[in-house]
Amino acid sequence: MNVVPISYYLVLSAILFGLGVVAFVFKRNIITIFMSIELMLNAVNLAFVAFARAHNQLDGLIFVFFVIVIAAAEAAVGLAIVITIAHNRRSLNVENVDLLKF
Amino acid sequence: MPMLDHLWIILALPLAGAAINGLLGKNWPKSAVNSVAIGSVSLAFLAVVETVREFLQLPANQVPWVRTYFPWMTAGIFKVNFALQVDQLTIVMLLTVTFVGTLIHIYSTGYMAHEGGYYRFFSYLNLFMFFMLTLVLAANIVVMFVGWEGVGLCSYLLVGFWFLKPSAINAGKKAFITTRIGDFGFTIGILLLFWTFHSVDFGTIFSQVSGMPSDTMTQAGVLTTICILLFIGAVGKSAQLPLYVWLPDAMEGPTPVSALIHAATMVTAGVYMVARMHPLFSRAPIAMLIVAIVGAATAFYSATIGLVQTDIKKVLAYSTVSQLGYMFLACGVGAYTAGIFHLMTHAFFKGLLFLCAGSVIHAMGGEQDMRKMGGLRKVIPVTFWTMFIATFAISGVPGFAGFFSKDEILEAAQSGPHANLPLWLLGLVAAGLTSFYMFRLIFLTFFGKQQFDEHKVHVHESPKNMTVPLMVLAFFAIFGGWFAAPKLVGGTNYFDAYLHPVFAAYEVQTSVGQEEAAARPAGEEGGASPAMDLVHALTGPPVIVGLIGILLAWWFYIRRPDLPKKLASSMYGLYTLVLHKYYVDEIYAAVIVRPLLWVSTNVLWHTVDEGLIDGTVNGSARLARETGGKLRELQSGNARSYASWVVVGAVGVTALLLGIWMKVH
Repeated sequence: MNVVPISYYLVLSAILFGLGVVAFVFKRNIITIFMSIELMLNAVNLAFVAFARAHNQLDGLIFVFFVIVIAAAEAAVGLAIVITIAHNRRSLNVENVDLLKF
Repeated sequence: MPMLDHLWIILALPLAGAAINGLLGKNWPKSAVNSVAIGSVSLAFLAVVETVREFLQLPANQVPWVRTYFPWMTAGIFKVNFALQVDQLTIVMLLTVTFVGTLIHIYSTGYMAHEGGYYRFFSYLNLFMFFMLTLVLAANIVVMFVGWEGVGLCSYLLVGFWFLKPSAINAGKKAFITTRIGDFGFTIGILLLFWTFHSVDFGTIFSQVSGMPSDTMTQAGVLTTICILLFIGAVGKSAQLPLYVWLPDAMEGPTPVSALIHAATMVTAGVYMVARMHPLFSRAPIAMLIVAIVGAATAFYSATIGLVQTDIKKVLAYSTVSQLGYMFLACGVGAYTAGIFHLMTHAFFKGLLFLCAGSVIHAMGGEQDMRKMGGLRKVIPVTFWTMFIATFAISGVPGFAGFFSKDEILEAAQSGPHANLPLWLLGLVAAGLTSFYMFRLIFLTFFGKQQFDEHKVHVHESPKNMTVPLMVLAFFAIFGGWFAAPKLVGGTNYFDAYLHPVFAAYEVQTSVGQEEAAARPAGEEGGASPAMDLVHALTGPPVIVGLIGILLAWWFYIRRPDLPKKLASSMYGLYTLVLHKYYVDEIYAAVIVRPLLWVSTNVLWHTVDEGLIDGTVNGSARLARETGGKLRELQSGNARSYASWVVVGAVGVTALLLGIWMKVH
């Protein structure tokens, strides 16, 4: 049977991760940034799964579960923060949230 | 031999007194402070007396008696023990120091009665006694150096005793710094001694020296260098040319201090040191000549300054410098016993003179200008008579202590083994000047018209605790020199004979000659009959010159009191020159002090300290601060910039890993 080579997955994973990074750095909307984090996490997940499949090992899959759990937790906390910021500042622009400095 | 085994007790007593008074005495009544201070020194005096008693029973082969108490410093071959020694020279010094010291302590209880810091004064005074006795008892030059520096410290503390008075503080500093110049030479001398002999113990050094060939006039070796360096220390400590300038200024201190430290004991430490190191000096003729020249020059030079001073203590200060010059002259011409003899008699009569001056100042309510005194003879008779006796003693009037010692010095300079006629002449003239300025002092102070307002100044004789020490010292100012008296009628000079073993042991001679010298009592001279000797001594040049000085003083200040002014105006240039002490202080200020201050201010302070040292410290602090200031801006609070840094970091790490991977494969 024809198996898609692992490099395809890895390249896709890299592209997705890169997009996530670019979005994270250049976007201003906090929700978009949040989404780009999810994108990066899932790009990594993809790489894990691909490796697990290629090496016929379960470790990668287990890692993926952990990542999904953490992503869920992060989403819960993160969205709560987003709501609080939106509530207090009437804005979702991260440029304005820069008090934690110097 | 309980006392000889425990010589440290002599040191421990005044040290304990200083510690008790210094630490606890602040709120004690004066009587308690007195009993601690006087008790400790008089016990030390008794301990010395006991030491002398035991020492006299000691067989000759056990002299010098050395006791080592504990090793002090050990570094490779450099070993210093805390060791004390007693020999005849030490005995003379010990007796003089503790005896005069005790009297001056007693006197001080009267003189300082109305002063603040009473306990402090006596604590310092006791501390001084401790260091002076350490200096005298030391069996090696390092322990001696401890005492040497310690007495300098006490001198500084006591000169600046009235520390609210700027002139006193400056005088204290001047004393300390000037002697430090001399101590610089002294320290190098000690190092060179150790370098040469690999030991600092007197005994070891001297026995090695006696095996060495002497330096000669034309060939100066290491001995000459050592001696000159040590003598530089003595010049500083004993206020000789050119480092004498601190001693007259040191008169800012309380008068008992002037008497004890700046007349009777500390300033004579240089003479004692030269006498102690005589085996080296005797083998370094160039150094001996330098000692003699410096001594004679100082004796003459400061006597001339003493002629025109008007401050009663300043006259005595210059007189002290001059008399110290005599002692060095004696050492320089090889008459160490005469030098030490003069040291002892000088301690009696000069200590007495200062105490009398203190009594006069006390009576006048603090006035020190002799021109404002006059006619005090009847008002303070005890002070007058004792001071009169001391003046006779210092002027070398036959029968008084100074006569015997001064005569002996001048005789050695005239006809001794290292006789030097120009120096003898200088000393002789200085003797005349001495009796002139001393009688000038007496006549101005005690004779003539009263120059003060009786209603303003309540002149009164000093209390008993001041006058009794005066009378005791006056007794010794007369009879303290009589050890030498039998010599006048052809007998033995007991003082010379007593000290003879110390100075004979390492004489520059063949071994046969040495025994001969030891066997021959000192001062024994054949020839003239006893009566002729007596006549000869009583009409010798020193006596004649001294009498001329007295007569001149009488002529100038009793008979024709208008003459001094006339003479001063007719020789205006010379008079002003001498009155301003030859402008030496001004010259030192211009040549040394001011350039030094300039260099210190502009180079060391503003350039090196502020520029270099502070610059480095502040510079590194500023660098850290500015770097931090720049770096903190990275912490912008902007989450996206943090992310960018993370990305940059990740890319960097990845690139690095890739690079390594490429290299491996």
